[in-house]
Amino acid sequence: MSFIDFHLPALITLLPLFGGVISVVLGTLVKPRRDLSWGFALVVSWTTLFLVVRLLESVVTSATGVVTYNMGSWPGPWGIEYRVDHLNAFVLLVVAGISAVTTLFARHSVDAEIPRDRSHIFYALWMFCTCGLLGITITGDAFNVYVLLEITSLASYALIAMGKGRDRRALLAALRYLILGTIGASFILLGIGYLLMLTGTLNMADMHTTLMAIPNLEGNRTVLVAFAFLLVGLSLKMALFPLHMWLPGAYTYAPSAISAFLASTATKVGVYMAFRFLYTIFGHEYSFNTIPGHNVLLACAAFAIVVPNISAIRQTEVKRLLAFSSAGQIGYMVMGFAIANQDSMTGSIVHLFNHAAMKGGMFLAVGAVIYRLGSSHVQTFDGLGKRMPFTMLAFSLGGLGLVGFPLTAGFISKWYLIKGCLVAGYWPLAVLVLAASLLAVIYVWKLIERIWFTERPEGAPEVSEAPATMQIATWMLILSSLYFGVRGEFTAEMAGQAASFLLEARP
Amino acid sequence: MSLFLLSLAGKYNYAIYIVLMMIGFYGVIAKRNLMKQAISLGLFSTGLFLFYISMGVVEGGTAPVWLTQAADHSLKDPGPYSNALTHVLILTAIVVSVSTLAVALAIIVNIQRAYGTIEEDEIRAIEEREHPEENVV
Repeated sequence: MSFIDFHLPALITLLPLFGGVISVVLGTLVKPRRDLSWGFALVVSWTTLFLVVRLLESVVTSATGVVTYNMGSWPGPWGIEYRVDHLNAFVLLVVAGISAVTTLFARHSVDAEIPRDRSHIFYALWMFCTCGLLGITITGDAFNVYVLLEITSLASYALIAMGKGRDRRALLAALRYLILGTIGASFILLGIGYLLMLTGTLNMADMHTTLMAIPNLEGNRTVLVAFAFLLVGLSLKMALFPLHMWLPGAYTYAPSAISAFLASTATKVGVYMAFRFLYTIFGHEYSFNTIPGHNVLLACAAFAIVVPNISAIRQTEVKRLLAFSSAGQIGYMVMGFAIANQDSMTGSIVHLFNHAAMKGGMFLAVGAVIYRLGSSHVQTFDGLGKRMPFTMLAFSLGGLGLVGFPLTAGFISKWYLIKGCLVAGYWPLAVLVLAASLLAVIYVWKLIERIWFTERPEGAPEVSEAPATMQIATWMLILSSLYFGVRGEFTAEMAGQAASFLLEARP
Repeated sequence: MSLFLLSLAGKYNYAIYIVLMMIGFYGVIAKRNLMKQAISLGLFSTGLFLFYISMGVVEGGTAPVWLTQAADHSLKDPGPYSNALTHVLILTAIVVSVSTLAVALAIIVNIQRAYGTIEEDEIRAIEEREHPEENVV
């Protein structure tokens, strides 16, 4: 085994971390900095993606399906253990992939939206954010999750606030996200604290073993308190209804590339954390049978797929519309893991991937419109299909995926989800999932009608198609969502493996 | 009731952590001044520090350091130690909390520059005047 392969898990987080530091230094030393910073960020993000793919390969081919790495050679449970199974590997792929593609997109968009002397700081923050997201996903240590979560959050507060050049409301949105995000993270830290009190360990697998050995676990109030704090904290972080109100503002006013990046990774990693805490630490027996965690989650998820989707219909700003729709889509993922059977969990994990690709692609397309026209108000989309046909086609295909149209990736995930609902006997939820798709039809159709079937109004500014890098990035995401819609085997198999891993609570 | 009070007295630092956190939480929700919200957020995290520090206390425990006996220069284990792990963890959390506060203050300074005020009500009024059709952040 080569040096790179052995240290692969560590390199995946260290590369963006040091990349960020180097980006600041490089940008300070070398003067014409914007293309240089972008180029450097591009190299780092694509190298990270390459390493993640390599790690994914070694996970799939390994006999146990788990790759572990001890930080500084300190073995777990004392040291920090990186632990990669099918689930993390899959989420790592989503995060690294989206980061790489959105960085490709960012060049012109960042030029237009971020002051030129700040671009190296912007890309550095972006790399820190990626580092945190990858770290949360890869680590097997509960406290490490908190630290990396805060690295991500701090970077994303600053990134969102950098949208102030386009709209000063970005500052208010960033502050609001900061306050709610910090409260969420504090709750998570409290939950981890109570678990530490009980188990004396921070290693997730070790925590699970120690917890299961506690006699009379169902009557233990400390575990219950830990569970409650973690549930609320995680719900805030993944923007689960009714704790989603920070999300629309943050995604609307963030710089375009960051909207796409955060919308398709940050909340997904939140969902991933919920998977880890509920299944790997508490175990699905405790989370869903001993105490009725699924009742709370299912209720929130049911509201989440209806209420934010209704809000989305009323929006006049396309970015905000997509953000509300994201809050709605989180409902599907949470519903999948709360039902907790093989099919529903497969649906949830596949949707995590599919939604990241579709929504990322749509946000990128909107970013291209903002680059050309400076606004993402619905009226700017009137008749835009004739002026920016490729970008708008990508946007529309992404929209169809959101609805769950057959042959798009959204169809696959909803299929599994509905199957899971029916297997578990929750047929009203299956009906609700279908009904909520109709809500998505309304807001997607509203946009498609404006784009393709409305004449461009008199006196509207002339526009041409978006620059090549923007189109390539947008189409990469949309095509991948279409590809995995037609050929769902890879994602479904990967997600199925991950789901059975979690359900069996294999260490 | 008296039993409850007695158990509370024995774990008074946990009671204080909850009180501190809730004062901070109240401030974040109820205060309309952004600066006061940020400071309340700091207070909220401070409660958390107290929780972690209390957790690691061992009765009669000392700092986990091997002390040298002066007479024969031999190392002697002075016996029960506090749990250093939680204290180290909270050192990290303190750094995080300080950075969060710094970012919050930086954003508030920018808000002051952009809007000329840090009163939430006044900002809301400005936004409603400028964008009457959209719901404000």
